[in-house]
Amino acid sequence: MADWIVFWVIAPVSIASAVAMILAKNAVHSALLLIVNFFTLAVFFLILGSPFLFVVQIIVYAGAIMVLFLFVIMLLGVDERESLRERILGQRWLALLLGAGLVVEVALAVRVGVGFGHGGLPDFTRVNRGGNVQALARVLFNSYFFPFEVTSILLIVAAIGAMLHGRRRIGDEETIDAPIDERMDEPGPEPVPAAGPAEATP
Amino acid sequence: MIVLGFFLTAPMGIGYMEHKVLAHMQHRLGPMEAGGFHGWAQLVADGVKFIQKEDIIPKAADSWVFTLAPAVVMVPYIAIFAVIPFGRTLWAENLDIGIFYVLAITAISVIGILMAGWASANKFSLIGALRAAAQLIAYELPLILASVAVVMQAGTLSLVGISEAQHHYWYIFTQPVGFFIFIVASLAELTRPPFDMPIADSEIIFGAYTEYTGLKFAFFLLAEYGGIVAFSAIASVLFLGGYQGIPVIGHLIPGFFWMSGKVGALAFFIIWLRATYPRLREDQLQRFAWVALIPLALADIMVTGVVKVLVK
Repeated sequence: MADWIVFWVIAPVSIASAVAMILAKNAVHSALLLIVNFFTLAVFFLILGSPFLFVVQIIVYAGAIMVLFLFVIMLLGVDERESLRERILGQRWLALLLGAGLVVEVALAVRVGVGFGHGGLPDFTRVNRGGNVQALARVLFNSYFFPFEVTSILLIVAAIGAMLHGRRRIGDEETIDAPIDERMDEPGPEPVPAAGPAEATP
Repeated sequence: MIVLGFFLTAPMGIGYMEHKVLAHMQHRLGPMEAGGFHGWAQLVADGVKFIQKEDIIPKAADSWVFTLAPAVVMVPYIAIFAVIPFGRTLWAENLDIGIFYVLAITAISVIGILMAGWASANKFSLIGALRAAAQLIAYELPLILASVAVVMQAGTLSLVGISEAQHHYWYIFTQPVGFFIFIVASLAELTRPPFDMPIADSEIIFGAYTEYTGLKFAFFLLAEYGGIVAFSAIASVLFLGGYQGIPVIGHLIPGFFWMSGKVGALAFFIIWLRATYPRLREDQLQRFAWVALIPLALADIMVTGVVKVLVK
């Protein structure tokens, strides 16, 4: 019963924050609304009987990824006109098409995969015997051990690849670690637009 | 309810303690008049002062984000107190995933700091907020990794379970490296000296809080002291046995007082460090986290794992 009340209180907040996130003109506002949305998703995990995923959702998305998002948006500043310009030809129509495709795909996946077609969901109190964390560990380290390890290797490779691409390469020497007086001679990066909520930042 | 009440008042106690301990360590006594003995009523006077101050929102500021930020910083620390055990039966909630929940929730407050810094429309605030975010991300990793070693030894994520597992000996004796890493990383998470670049007054005035006045500023201060109580409490549970007393006389005193005493002692230690160490430089701070603390914490986890398997 309490689950239902929580769900019906949180669900409108979730949808409203998602819609507002898309409609918000300001990139920082969008990011903040996305954090609200992630929180409501976390609460959904909680009322579905998976406290572990609840915490993972908070620590990974709200705590780490969104902080990095905000960090980058605030550090670089986003020009509002720039972010609204469409760069890909026919972006709008493509987005609509792909969006519709996604909806169909998710609906199919829910119907076939999770098994609304084969009667209700499995009993969570039985699945979670001995605790939710233990249940997850049982599945992850027994049935899905190999995919789990492969995924972790994939993530490490991706992280190292991103680092390699992110490095500035000018000649053979590493310019980032060069002494300061050498760097002073180079032309600096483009001046960034002033960060801050209002345009009238001094 | 008792636990909640305690934690709504404890941060003020810690704030008062900071004033007095620092005053005596630095031989500058500060306000000693209010109330009589050692100026005990100064805290009340400060509270009244904060309420009376004008609530200023800068013209260029984003007023919604600006106003919400203090609450976003404050709420996580209150939410933590729900799971911290103050006695074998004295806790509000015994979550299966207690320690994981606590670490996740503390990560939220950095969003509040970013909000405050950005919404102030002030370059010093923004630099302070960005410094705080970089610092909190860097030091969250050693904090979590140090806790993982304890969790491995205790075999449970529940804070009550971890306290119970330390019935025979405290984990500070088996995990001294973990304790060191945890305390250092907590200091950085709290942006307390020597890790207080985000509010370095000689460089960026008061960082993300520069534009705040009155009650909103008081909220940030309360969040800082609440954070000290929170991290002291977590460290007490993880490494100092929580509500478990020392042998022989342990049973004479209830667990609540043991726990409070440990929290108080750790909070004193944190304040002590402020009077002892100078501020690090920004690059030194980042280097220390990534080059020293994180590899050390990973090695700690590995050793704990090997020993655990061997002992079994």
